[in-house]
Amino acid sequence: MRFLTQRLAQSALVIAGVVALTFVITRLVPGDPAVTYAGPRATPAQLTAVRRQLGLGASLPDQLWRYVTGLLRGDWGTSLHTRRGVLTDISTALPASLELVGCAMVLAVVVGVPLGLLGAHLRLGGGRSRGLGRWGRWGRWGRAAGDGSVRATSMLAVSVPVFLLALAVQNLFAAQLGWFPVAGEYTSKLNQTSPLEHLTHLTVVDALLTGNWPVLDSALAHLVLPALVMAAYPVGVVAQMSRAALLEESAAPHARLERAYGFSRLQVLTRFSLRPASGPLLALLALVFAFSLVNAFLVEEVFDWPGLGRYASAAITSSDAPAIAGVTVVVALTYVVTNLLVDLTQAVIDPRVRL
Amino acid sequence: MTDVSPTLAPPAPAPDRSAPPTPAARGGQARRLLALARRDLPATVGAVVLLAIVLAAVLAPWLAPYPGDGSHATHPLDTLAGPGGRHWFGTDAVGRDLLTRVMYGARTSLTVAAAVLTVSALVGVPLGVIAGYTGGVVKDVIMRITDVFLAFPALLLSVALATVLHPGTGSAIIAISVGWWPWYARMACVTATGIRSRGFVDAARCLGVSRIRIMARHVLPNALTPVLVQLSLDAGGVILTSAALSYLGLGPQEPTAEWGLMVQQGQDLFITDWWVVAFPGLAILLTAFCFNVLGEGLRSALDPHRELTR
Repeated sequence: MRFLTQRLAQSALVIAGVVALTFVITRLVPGDPAVTYAGPRATPAQLTAVRRQLGLGASLPDQLWRYVTGLLRGDWGTSLHTRRGVLTDISTALPASLELVGCAMVLAVVVGVPLGLLGAHLRLGGGRSRGLGRWGRWGRWGRAAGDGSVRATSMLAVSVPVFLLALAVQNLFAAQLGWFPVAGEYTSKLNQTSPLEHLTHLTVVDALLTGNWPVLDSALAHLVLPALVMAAYPVGVVAQMSRAALLEESAAPHARLERAYGFSRLQVLTRFSLRPASGPLLALLALVFAFSLVNAFLVEEVFDWPGLGRYASAAITSSDAPAIAGVTVVVALTYVVTNLLVDLTQAVIDPRVRL
Repeated sequence: MTDVSPTLAPPAPAPDRSAPPTPAARGGQARRLLALARRDLPATVGAVVLLAIVLAAVLAPWLAPYPGDGSHATHPLDTLAGPGGRHWFGTDAVGRDLLTRVMYGARTSLTVAAAVLTVSALVGVPLGVIAGYTGGVVKDVIMRITDVFLAFPALLLSVALATVLHPGTGSAIIAISVGWWPWYARMACVTATGIRSRGFVDAARCLGVSRIRIMARHVLPNALTPVLVQLSLDAGGVILTSAALSYLGLGPQEPTAEWGLMVQQGQDLFITDWWVVAFPGLAILLTAFCFNVLGEGLRSALDPHRELTR
C-alpha cells in the first residue's frame, strides 16, 4: 500500500513536470501565434481580438495557470491549422495510431520472445533433440549460425531507420507487386456503399462490431504493411533483450538444479527461466510502446495513416504550437501511465519490487 | 585510518600517460587488442567499417568525385542518372552526384552524433555524479528533474523542440541533446552512489580533501567506464534520431547534404529512381548497425558479468 501511494505521488509529480516543460517549449515558438492564427492580412484590431481569444496578453505565470486549468477542464487550446479543439483532433487521431502500435506490440511479444528463446536455446547448445528426427539436429555450425542469424536479424531490425523500411516495403509490396494497398486506412469509396459507424474509432474493431465486412476486409489489407513496419523495432529489441535475459537466468543456480532433475535445456528455459526474465521484459515493453507512438510519426507519414503521427507532422509543418503541445502531452502521459501500470503489475508478480 | 581492511580495495593506479610506452608494453597492448578482436569478430568488422566511414567523412573534400556537389551545385543535363561508371551511386533530381552527397552526409551525421553525445555527457555525467555523491535532497531534486525529461520518448522531445527552434544543424543538436542527457545523469548517479561508500573515498575525506575535488578526481573517473560503453551504444541511436528529425524536415536544410533529408527529398522518386532513396538510406542503416554492433562488443568486453550473454 505504501508502495502504491509512493508510486502514484511520483507519477503525479512527473506529470506536473511534463506539463510545465511542454508549456515552456511552446512559449519558445518563433513568431507571433496570433499572426499564424489570424493570417497575414489581419488588421491590428483583429490581431488584438485573436490575442485575447488565445490568452496571449496575460503574464507568463497567468498563462501557465490558464494552460493547466484548461488541460484539466479538457480545453487543450485550438489547433492553428485545423481550427478545431486540439483534444477533439487528438481523440479522433489517437485510436488509429493505437491500432498500429497495438499490432506492433503483439508482434513484439509473439515473434520477439520466441526468437530470443531460439537464440538462447541454440547458444546454450540446444537443438540436439532426436525427437524431431533429422531436422532436430542442427550440428555445431548450424547452432552457431542459428543464434548468429537471430542476433544479426534483431540488430538489423533495431538499426534500420523506420522511414526507410516503410518506403522500401511500400515500394516493393504495394507499388511493384501490388499485394497490398499503397496507403490509407481503408478504401474511401466504401464510405458510400457501406458507411462505417464509429464506436471506438478503431476501424478494425468498429467494422467487426457493426458487422461491416467490406470495410473490415479493406481495413485489414491496409493494416498489414504499416503494422509490420512498426513491429520491426519492437521485435528486434524484445528478441535481443529476451535472449540476454534468458541466458543470464540460465546461468543462475536454479537452472543447474532443474537440469539435474532431468528437465531438458528447452524445458528449463521455457518453464523456469522465462518467468523471472519477464520483469525486465515488461519494463522494456512499456518503453518500446512509447517509442513506437513516436515512430508512428514517420510511418504514418509514409502510409498516409490518419493517426496521431500524421496530425503531428501536419502540425510541425505549420508550426502549430497548441497541437504539438497536445500531442507531446498525450504521448508523455501515455508513457507515464504505462510505466505506472508496469510497475504495479511487477509489484504483484514479484514481491521483491515492493521493498 | 588504521582499519584499512582487505575488502577496501585501493583504486587501481592510473597508468602514467605522460611517459612514452616502452616497446614491450606497446607490443603487449597490440597483442591484447588483437586477442580482443579475434574473440569478437562482428565488433571488429563494425569498428573497421566505422573507421572507413569516418575517413570518408573527413576526407570527403579530397576523395569525393565531385566535391562541388556537396552543396548547391546543379547539373541540369545530368539529372537522375542511374548508378554507373561516371556516377557510382547515380545523381539526384538536380544532377548532383549521390556518392559525393552521401560522403558529405556522413560529415553532417557524424558531427551531429559527436556533438549530441559530448553535450549530453558533459551535462548529464557531472549532474549525476553530484546527485549520487551528495545524496539527500540534492539527489531527489536532480533525479526528479531527469524523470520528467525521461517521461518523453527521446525523439518526441527532440521533435517538439526542433519545431519551435529555427531548423538547422545547430538546433538539431540542441533538440536531441535535451532529450538525451538525462540517461547519462541517471547512469552516473547510480554509479556514483555505489562509489560513494568505497574505501578510497572515505580515505580522501579523512585526509581533508574538499567535496568538489573528491567528486572530480575520485568519483568521476571511476564512473566513466559505463558511460563510455553507453556512448558507443547510443551513437547509433543518435544517428537514427537525427536522420528521423531531418526526414521530418526539422534538421539541417538544403543544400546541406544530410541522409535523412536526402531520403525525404527523394521519396516521391523512389518508384522510378530507386537510388535516390536507397543509397542515403543504406548509409544510415550501415552506420547505425556498425555503432550498435561495436557498442555491444565493447559492453561485453568491459563487463565480464555479461560474458555469457554474448
